Amino acid sequence: MSSTVELRAVDDRPADAPIGHAAAPALVSGQHLLGLDELGPAGIQQLLSHTDRFVEVNQRAIPKVPALRGKTVCTLFFEDSTRTKLSFETAAKRLSADTMSFSVSSSSVNKGESVRDTVETIQAMGVDAFVVRHSSSGVPWQITKWVNAETSVINGGDGWHSHPTQGLLDAYTICQARNGSAGDAASLAGVRIGLIGDVKHSRVARSDVQAFTALGAEVILIGPETLLPPSIVGWGIGNGTVEIGHDLDSLLPTLDVVALLRIQTERLGESLVPSAREYTSCYGITTKRLGLIRSDAIITHPGPMNRGVEVSVDVLDTHPGVVITKQVANGVAVRMAALFLLIGSGVDVL
Amino acid sequence: MAERERRGAPPFGGVFVARAQVLDAEQVHRALVRISHEIVERNRGLDDVVLVGLQTGGTPLADSIAGILHSMEDTEVPVGVLDVALYRDDIGIRPVLPQAVTDIPGDLTGRTVILVDDVLYTGRTIRAALDALNAFGRPRSVQLAVMIDRGHRELPIRPDFVGKNLPTRRDEVVDVTLDGVELGEVLK
Repeated sequence: MSSTVELRAVDDRPADAPIGHAAAPALVSGQHLLGLDELGPAGIQQLLSHTDRFVEVNQRAIPKVPALRGKTVCTLFFEDSTRTKLSFETAAKRLSADTMSFSVSSSSVNKGESVRDTVETIQAMGVDAFVVRHSSSGVPWQITKWVNAETSVINGGDGWHSHPTQGLLDAYTICQARNGSAGDAASLAGVRIGLIGDVKHSRVARSDVQAFTALGAEVILIGPETLLPPSIVGWGIGNGTVEIGHDLDSLLPTLDVVALLRIQTERLGESLVPSAREYTSCYGITTKRLGLIRSDAIITHPGPMNRGVEVSVDVLDTHPGVVITKQVANGVAVRMAALFLLIGSGVDVL
Repeated sequence: MAERERRGAPPFGGVFVARAQVLDAEQVHRALVRISHEIVERNRGLDDVVLVGLQTGGTPLADSIAGILHSMEDTEVPVGVLDVALYRDDIGIRPVLPQAVTDIPGDLTGRTVILVDDVLYTGRTIRAALDALNAFGRPRSVQLAVMIDRGHRELPIRPDFVGKNLPTRRDEVVDVTLDGVELGEVLK
């Protein structure tokens, strides 16, 4: 070493900055992703920030990285799904993980095997992460009690409770449509988001509200009284706000984001709305209502879409702010980030 | 992001304490000018040369070399950035920083790629980078430029262009910015 030696201490950080592992990430290896309220605003921002790099990976000519070689991801779907299941499997494959898939219709559940026995059987084959969907709330949480300590459980939608990766991908898509990417501090501060439709029975709505409010958005739940929750206490997390509205026509021009929810056809038989046509005339996005949506607004829908019920048949093909296919594409990237943080990276040691 | 900020930010959360200044800003600049000349000399010009800075410490150095090459040869050399986090062999051992996104300018097939990083240490980052480059084509050759070679290699990797060879202990940390190079340690 030829240069001068000068002894001094450098600490550029503010005096109140946390030292050591206090500043560690919210997601660490071996943890589960069950709901966004557990992840918290900091964890949500962290996950969205990691999503940027996976969006780039998905745009490559060879969209595959070796990050999860040798890991196995099992999709355990006790309820039907197209996009969530395929999205998780694609995410796992693009990270070079192996995938196993399970669906009730072709399994021993039909012979009476319990959820616990099913999980323990598959676990014995060696699984690093289970992605669980079930029609009853809380099943993914229950499964965390039955898996090995190092196995992660990711909630792929449980009952009315939560669908965390959907909330994350909706938040990411809105950030992307507004700013190009999530960046290292994703924010929706001051963004007015209307969540329209069957909020009460929707796990997507609960996770969306948590993701949006965690990033500071103003969320308005819009729908007929029978499809809105009796109370919104505890729905929001972080700095955002939640309110309830009924008059879609007067609210639409104020919205920065029109987030549509699926009307579950089984609800139509429960006398919650008089008929599908009645719902469409009051809360559906018709050609007339499309004129009330600002041209710079963003329109999202989690799918599957009931064309002719919550949207009229061709309306969504004409508005420039429709990001439904981007939601699906970003879903893969968000799930790659979740899998990578849960079973790849994230050990908070140096 | 230099080593000091990287070690100070989550998920690391330590404090970098400098023990000695190894190079000042002027010496860093001179080293970059020399490396730029060596790049032109080695490749007989800048045809098909692409600079790729490694996230996060190599990116400002790659930009700086591109600026120097432009003033020397009046040629715009494409500059990319590469994040190797998903190709590392220590995934699960070492925390991964968010916000390090790859951006490679076009297909690298047939190009001469010059990887630029701040510090060459075990060589494992460069191994991961060579692996990552495969996703973007088949370069004609890959060369390595580093500001500091601090020794302790664990893989058969050597740099082509070096700012300074700096013998270090394993527990030391080298912080490289365009404003200078400091040797120190991280307190937790």
